Amino acid sequence: MPEKIIESFNVKRLDILDEQGNADASLMPSLAGDDIKKIYEQFILLRTFDARALNLQREGRLGTYASVLGQEASQIGSARAFEKSDWIFPSFREMGVSITMGYPMDMLFQYWSGDERGIRTPDDLNIFPVCVPVGTQILHAAGAGMAIKYRKERKAAGVYFGDGGTSEGDFHEGFNMAGVFKLPVVFICQNNQWAISVPREKQTASKTLAQKAFAYGFEGIQVDGNDIFAVYRATKDALDRARNGEGPTFIECFTFRMSDHTTADDSSRYRNTEEVEDWKQKDPLLRLKRFMEKQGLWTAEFHKQTEDRAMKLVDEAVKKAESVTHPDPKDMFIYTYEKPTPRLIKEMTDL
Amino acid sequence: MPRLNMVQAINMALKEEMQRDEDVVIIGEDVGKDGGVFRVTEGLLSLYGHERVIDTPLAESAIVGTAIGMGVCGLRPVAEIQFMGFIYPAIDQIFSHAARIRCRSRGRFSCPIVVRTPYGAGIKAPELHSESTEALFCHMPGLKVVVPSTPYNAKGLLISAIRDPDPVIFLESTRLYRLVKEEVPEGEYSVPLGKARVAQEGGGVTVIAWGSMLHRVLQAVSGLDVEVVDLMTLSPFDEVTVAASVRKTGRVIIVHEAPKTCGFGAELSATIAEDLMLHLKAPIIRVTGYDSVMPLPKLEDTYIPTVERIKKAVEEVLRY
Repeated sequence: MPEKIIESFNVKRLDILDEQGNADASLMPSLAGDDIKKIYEQFILLRTFDARALNLQREGRLGTYASVLGQEASQIGSARAFEKSDWIFPSFREMGVSITMGYPMDMLFQYWSGDERGIRTPDDLNIFPVCVPVGTQILHAAGAGMAIKYRKERKAAGVYFGDGGTSEGDFHEGFNMAGVFKLPVVFICQNNQWAISVPREKQTASKTLAQKAFAYGFEGIQVDGNDIFAVYRATKDALDRARNGEGPTFIECFTFRMSDHTTADDSSRYRNTEEVEDWKQKDPLLRLKRFMEKQGLWTAEFHKQTEDRAMKLVDEAVKKAESVTHPDPKDMFIYTYEKPTPRLIKEMTDL
Repeated sequence: MPRLNMVQAINMALKEEMQRDEDVVIIGEDVGKDGGVFRVTEGLLSLYGHERVIDTPLAESAIVGTAIGMGVCGLRPVAEIQFMGFIYPAIDQIFSHAARIRCRSRGRFSCPIVVRTPYGAGIKAPELHSESTEALFCHMPGLKVVVPSTPYNAKGLLISAIRDPDPVIFLESTRLYRLVKEEVPEGEYSVPLGKARVAQEGGGVTVIAWGSMLHRVLQAVSGLDVEVVDLMTLSPFDEVTVAASVRKTGRVIIVHEAPKTCGFGAELSATIAEDLMLHLKAPIIRVTGYDSVMPLPKLEDTYIPTVERIKKAVEEVLRY
């Protein structure tokens, strides 16, 4: 008997805004001029925050820090699509997601300076604490999806990870759970091409990361991760499906880590400057600015005001973060269990 | 009052807790239609449906990682890992997340999950079906570790574990599952976590054990003036009950089936040495499994502490 094709897949790629700032009107999500200006403000704020964090680290005022530079469209675009009541499971490089959703910047500075009080998510957000082990948070999103489904809530869970994370076992187990139980989860991979020193093509032999979703029975799509409109649209569509009980979606945001892995890394050891220069042409902010110019939404004055405001907000956040009292050593003990054990009480008393 | 074995007692606890609280759900491999490979979850699927008795794909990290997500969102998942020897893929989730979420979120989130798993040797099973690695979990701040020894305390401890606001590793001895039957009341009662019990009173020697080893100890010291402390919760363990017994007897034997090196007996022994040295009349003796890989069934009975080894240890401490 002849062999038959019993299944085949097509992997879609979504691009809306090109490098020259031209947007495909037929795909453009509905965003008013003010929304777009707000997005620009979030970009500037995030870049200002990120640059300040790097400076503070060099001055010894912040610990090891993982820069967001280059990935702003992937983070702001996706975060804007979520509701505050949704559950968000970030990795350690999602400052753009947190800030966009309203997480106080001073707390982020506090966290990255080594003060755990900065990681206590405000009550009006369901952002899970930063996940340091790679990819393990993917399963927590599946669990949140399970809880949302069980309680018949109109919420979704969103989880962020990188290209390196797709090699972890928990990525596969989490995708499998989401597929089998048709969970309301949006998986967002920022494929920034580098997992510290390992390039994307050494991470997997798959042509795309997006296609991995098909093996688990749901759709994966690749979007231009430096195109804020494409990321926003793909996330919004995925969330609509999740909330309507149509299950999970995987979004591969094709982007680039412009900075070192963290401040403890030196990327010149493993990648050449031409690659970085090439990606500068694809800068997500530059193309947004070009688009806004064409639409008459960008003026030098608007930019100046935006930058001044961002600078002021970041200054205030740094000041606030650095003015807190030293953590109470008792804090080490009181969050281990709901009630400290007798031994913890003794250790605390003996301090 | 029904006379139940441990499987039936745990099943009753699950059934009643699910009846009491809709947030209690069961998640694991073969826990639904099959009722679990040891039948601990038998009948729960027909009572509570697929939404609450969740048969998962064959993936241990997924079982625990998903339970963590559910727990953080307010549910009370009881996860089952089919055998303790298969829990290792889930250890990252247990150590890096379940144990730390309360701390990492400064109390904003908690992880009220129970991870049940059969442990220990004695049913002549294949490799990695007889593990007793409880000490690994006791070493990790943020976890509680519970090992019931009888049907009565299995039910009561599981109720406490399910209601506990922190993650609990709940270890069920495969050998005990059907070995002992006793009266187990229907309805609510609980045995508190963190409390030991004196299973036999005595004045000459204190023997500390838990789970499956308790019965072997009781057999070995029957008729002797030996006090037997059933720890029941290993983390946090009941230092008060242990200390009271050691003060009384001055001689201590610790029995566990896990390997000796860094087994939980080491922690008990060090604690007793630190706090009660002047009450001791003899060196502390540990009667344990060996520092070798747990053998296949032919040598299983040689590996696990025997009644003879326990008796010999009692004679030895009494010589001082």
